[in-house]
This record gives sequence, C-alpha cells and structure tokens, in this order.
Amino acid sequence: MAAAEPLRHRSDALPARVYDVTNRFRWRAMRALGLCRWLRGGTVRAFGLGAATASSALPPQDGVTVEVLDHLERLALVDFRDAEGVERLREAVRFAERLREVNTEGVEPMDSVLEDRCLYLREDDVTEGSCTAELLKNAREKVEEYFVAPPGNIPLPELEERDTFLKRS
Amino acid sequence: MAARGCGGVWRRALQRGRGGSCSASRLRRAVACNARGGAVPLGQSGLAPWAPIVGLEIHAQITSNSKLFSGSQVQFAAPPNSLVSFFDASLPGTLPVLNKRCVEAAVMTGLALNCTINKKSLFDRKHYFYADLPAGYQITQQRVPIAVNGSLSYSLCKDNKMSQMVTKTVRIKQIQLEQDSGKSLHDDARSQTLIDLNRAGVGLMEVVMEPDMCCGEEAAAAVRELQLILQTLGSSQAIMAEGQLRVDANISVHHPGEPYGVRTEVKNINSIRFLAKAVDYEIQRQIKELESGGTVLNETRAFDSKLGCTVPMRDKEGKQDYRFMPEPNLPPLILYDAKSLPANVNHQQVVNIDWIHERLPDLPSVKRAKLVELYGILPEHSFTLMNEDGLMDFFEDVVKQTQMKPKKVIGWILSDLLSHLKQNSLTAKESPISSFFLADLLNLLENGDISSSAAKQVFEELWKGEGKTPLEIVKEKQLELIQDQEELEQICQAAIDEREKEVMAIKGGNEKVINKLIGLVRKATRGRANPLLVKQILEKKLSE
Repeated sequence: MAAAEPLRHRSDALPARVYDVTNRFRWRAMRALGLCRWLRGGTVRAFGLGAATASSALPPQDGVTVEVLDHLERLALVDFRDAEGVERLREAVRFAERLREVNTEGVEPMDSVLEDRCLYLREDDVTEGSCTAELLKNAREKVEEYFVAPPGNIPLPELEERDTFLKRS
Repeated sequence: MAARGCGGVWRRALQRGRGGSCSASRLRRAVACNARGGAVPLGQSGLAPWAPIVGLEIHAQITSNSKLFSGSQVQFAAPPNSLVSFFDASLPGTLPVLNKRCVEAAVMTGLALNCTINKKSLFDRKHYFYADLPAGYQITQQRVPIAVNGSLSYSLCKDNKMSQMVTKTVRIKQIQLEQDSGKSLHDDARSQTLIDLNRAGVGLMEVVMEPDMCCGEEAAAAVRELQLILQTLGSSQAIMAEGQLRVDANISVHHPGEPYGVRTEVKNINSIRFLAKAVDYEIQRQIKELESGGTVLNETRAFDSKLGCTVPMRDKEGKQDYRFMPEPNLPPLILYDAKSLPANVNHQQVVNIDWIHERLPDLPSVKRAKLVELYGILPEHSFTLMNEDGLMDFFEDVVKQTQMKPKKVIGWILSDLLSHLKQNSLTAKESPISSFFLADLLNLLENGDISSSAAKQVFEELWKGEGKTPLEIVKEKQLELIQDQEELEQICQAAIDEREKEVMAIKGGNEKVINKLIGLVRKATRGRANPLLVKQILEKKLSE
C-alpha cells in the first residue's frame, strides 16, 4: 500500500478545528486536500469539493450523523452552532482518515513521544497545600471556603427539546 | 459455561397448594445450598432455581502522606479546601508527578493478592463532567493496570455454624491506581452544591473482583478479608466509615445453564453489614421482578440503609461514554525486579518488586495458622480473634500474663469478654477490663482460690470499670473458696439433715438427686464451695 503523499507545506497539515475562529487556512487546506486526492486516485473515499453544501437528505458517508453530533454535544458540552462548525468536524475526520493508508500491522500505537522517558517518582512528602484563599480568589461564588456549584448534573435536554442547529440539519 | 453447583444438592421449596393451609412462611425464602456451599435463593414456585452473580469493585484509599500526583497532604478531616494544590484544583499549567509510595502500596497489595505485577503499566484519562472533578477527567489505568489476575481466599461459616468453615476464592481481575474526586455537599434548600477538593487527587487502588460470588454473605466475607489484608500491609487503613474503603456491587440473576441476566450496580454502601443486606435485597428484588414478568434495567441503584432497600439513582444518565484516552503527560510506569534492575541507577527512582516481596508482612491467613499452632486453639477461634479489631492483641496479652492455658483463656475471651463487648458496641481496645486485670482473675481461678461461678461474678464487677483489682473484689464480696475442710463438712451435713426425702431417694438408688443437695450447699455457701469437693463429701457422708 502506498504511503501518504508527502505534504508540500506544514500548514497543509492543519487539522480543521471546530473552535477555530479564523477561516484563512480553510480554503487552502481544502484545495490542498483536493489536489492530493486527485493525484493519488481513488484510494480515499471521494468527497466532492462542495462538501460544505452537502445535501442533508443524503446520509453522510463519513459516519458523522445527527446522532453522533448530538452524542458529541452531550459528552463534550460543545455547540456545533452551524453548518460551518459541522463541516470543520467533517474535515478533521477526513484528515485523520488518511492515517488508514499507512500499514500499521504489528506496530504498537504510540500514545506519547515521552514513551522512552523515565517516569519520575516523587518522594512521599507534603510540599503543597494551605492556599485556600488563593484558590478561592477566582471563584464566582463561595460559601465559607467551599466552592459553589449547581446542584448535581443538569443533563443536556434531549435533541427534541433543545434549540440547536442540529435539529434542522 | 457449566452451571455452577452442578452435582450439588438442590433442595426444592414445598409445592404450593397442598391442602388449603399452606403457610406463607414456608414459601417465602426457601434457600438451597449448591455444591460450593453458597446460598441459592429459589423462586416462589420452587420450580426453577435462580443463580445470583455478584461482582465487586472496591476502591481503597492509599495510606500516604501526600496525594497521588501532587504534594498536598492526605488527611481525613481538615478545613475545606485547605489541602489542595494548584494541580488538584486543575489550574492551567500544572502537571501530574507520580508519588512513589502509592506505587509501592499498589505493588504490595498486588503481591498479597497473588497478582501478576505488570512491569510496564500505562495511565489513561477517563472523561466525565461533575462538579467535584475539576479537570473534567480522572487519571486512571484502564488499558494496562499495575496488577492483574490475582485471587483472594476467604472463609465462611457454613449454615451459620462456626465449627464448619469453608474456604472460598474470588478471582481478582485487576488492581489499578487512580485519583479520587473531591467531595460534594448537596444543599437542596438553596439548590446548590458545595465542593471541597481536599479529597481530590488522593491515591486510590481500585480492586476489581470477578463475579465469583453468589450472595451477600460471601461478598461481606470477601470484603472483610480484603480489609484485613490491606490493614496488615499498611497500604490502606480501609475504614469504611471514613470512606477509605468504598464498595460497589454488580448484581444479576439467571437460571443455571442460561445466559447471564442484566446486571445492576449498587452504590452508597457504608459498612460490611449493609453490603450483605444490599446484595441480598437486590437479588430478591431482581428475582421478584423477573418472576412477575418484568425486566431488570441496567441501571445504577443506591442502597438506602434506613429502609434496607435499593432505589434508582437520579444522577446517572444511561450508559456513560468515558472517552478513554492515554494520559499524555505521563510516560509508562516501569517497575523492576532483581533480574531486570539496571546498574548505575538512582535507587530512589526505582520500585523493585522483589525487594517489596521480601518485606511483605504475614498475611491474615498466615497469622491465623500461626495462632492455631502457637496456642493450640481451633481455627474458628483464630478466625474470630483476627476478625474482631484488637481482640488478638488482647488475647495474646492475657496469655502472656497468666498461667492458665491458652485453650482455656480463649473461652473467656470469646464467650465472656466478646459478648460483653458486642452488647455495648465496644472494641477490644475500649474494653473496661484491661488485659492485666483479666489475667489476674484467671490466675485466681487457675490457682483454685475461687470457683468458676465466683469468677464470673468478679468478671461482672470488673466490667463496671471502677478500678478495683480482682483480688479486692473477691475479698469484698467474700467469694473465696472455702478451703477449710471442716467447715465444708459441716455445711454438707446441714444440707443432709435438712432434706430427708432426698437423702432417702439417693440411698434408694436415685443418684441424680445428689445434684439437688450440691445445689443447696452452693446456695448456702454463696458459690464459695468447690463443687467437686462438695460432691465427694456428700457421697462419703451418704454412704456412711
């Protein structure tokens, strides 16, 4: 299996981040990805460049369905807000999908570049604490040196009851 | 998998409807014992037996000076948020630094539970949102924990008889290091929760047991044994009342031979007694639910100790997706043994499994065997001695200070002292009778200065804890045995003279009536006569 085509510039490797405010690199990344795909041929699932205007009637082939988006909103408490936000997620997924082109059979996944480093073991001494005032300095509400939080977990309402973009997609 | 207990004896409940006067109590809780000796509740109809399955997840707080990943102190009661470092509060820019003592505690526990210690273990993040988890994730060991595949042996009394003890084993799936969360105090009146992070970041050992148990009694015995082991090792003080040992039970029921049923998780169990109750209640609830045609939901339930039942927990929403991910700030934890120890290494940075293994103290099972051998007591005696907090030390102190044989001392410890302690909910350390006084008393008894019934009277007096020595009490109440032979003979003669009818009966051949005379003498002497001596004298006189 052919290895991934070397990217022409590091900025082409920008992952599309959902929180990213700037649009500057978006079109460049889209064009670069499109070019790479065209060069390589059909090994990657062919998504049209007009993915931003994908029809909501077709079930998405990349697995990013409304259920998945609702699940993510609930788990990570993010708000996809609009089609652009969802599209950034799709780009991120597509970008990561390229990893599948590499044959990793028999290779241990690396989860940290620190894996060869020694894990430092600290002696069991008390060296910190007693800074209650400092910790509470930024708390919006406090009661007698306790932090104040809303009662329990307020679950995110179900999709039907939420006022969210996802319902209309 | 083969049904457990196959080849065992299944006792069926009496069939319903025999005549009209079938009492409900016969049907209510018919319980059979399978070959493993565990109790298996039968259904109401008595037709198909149910096999309950109980698995436990136990969190034990590690006894250490500082927390697992930071240098703040570990202490039970302290002003709120006073033992919290910036890392514990999850302020940006802080990183975890692993505490060596916590690693050693986990290795000790793993070795004591016959686990395989993973020389390379990894840390992961478990994500969920809750106010007492400031970072939004907990650092735990999900993929490769520090110890796997162990076993825990515990003893049970079969049919509630102390003399028949069975030993059972439960497999330990894994032991992992993880962080504790903070404490939340719910203020429903003002609709808010107060968060105290003193406990956030304290090291925990999670011991995951395979579902090898089948009733509340087994679960309680296993947890008690684990508690004793942890306390002996010193890796955790394991006091459930202070939250140092938390147990969650996973319970399901099924018919043997059929696939496993849906399981529920029971939380909020605060003592070993409640654990047994909660497990038994949940088993019965699931059986009732399934027999009446309902289904068991895969949910989390809380045990309400006041009502003695489990109720669904509000806060848990369905199945949680924790999105486990490797902890990027911690490299793998590498442990060494004598063979793999590299040369030229800083010893402070190394945890040597063999070194720890050599220094393991005697485990409770070994201690029990030693007690039996050293003192000649029965296994069930040593079980009770170890089971009750401080009782073993008390017993050994008494034995050291008295001439009475340990076999006789144990009777006094287990029946007299222990029953008094239990009635007043005291531990051996809180006993109003010191080991010194008890030894004194037993010496008096052993020397023949007082009778055993007098000794019991002295015991009651000592229990009041007024500070008098046994000898003082004996003198005060005049409980000494009458040593004067003449005096004894006079009293016996008086008894014979008084009860002519009994004397005639004895002389006529009914020998048992002599006990009546002995009783009379005892009353007359107020327990100060040696009953054997009295019997001898009476028999001699009657045969004259």
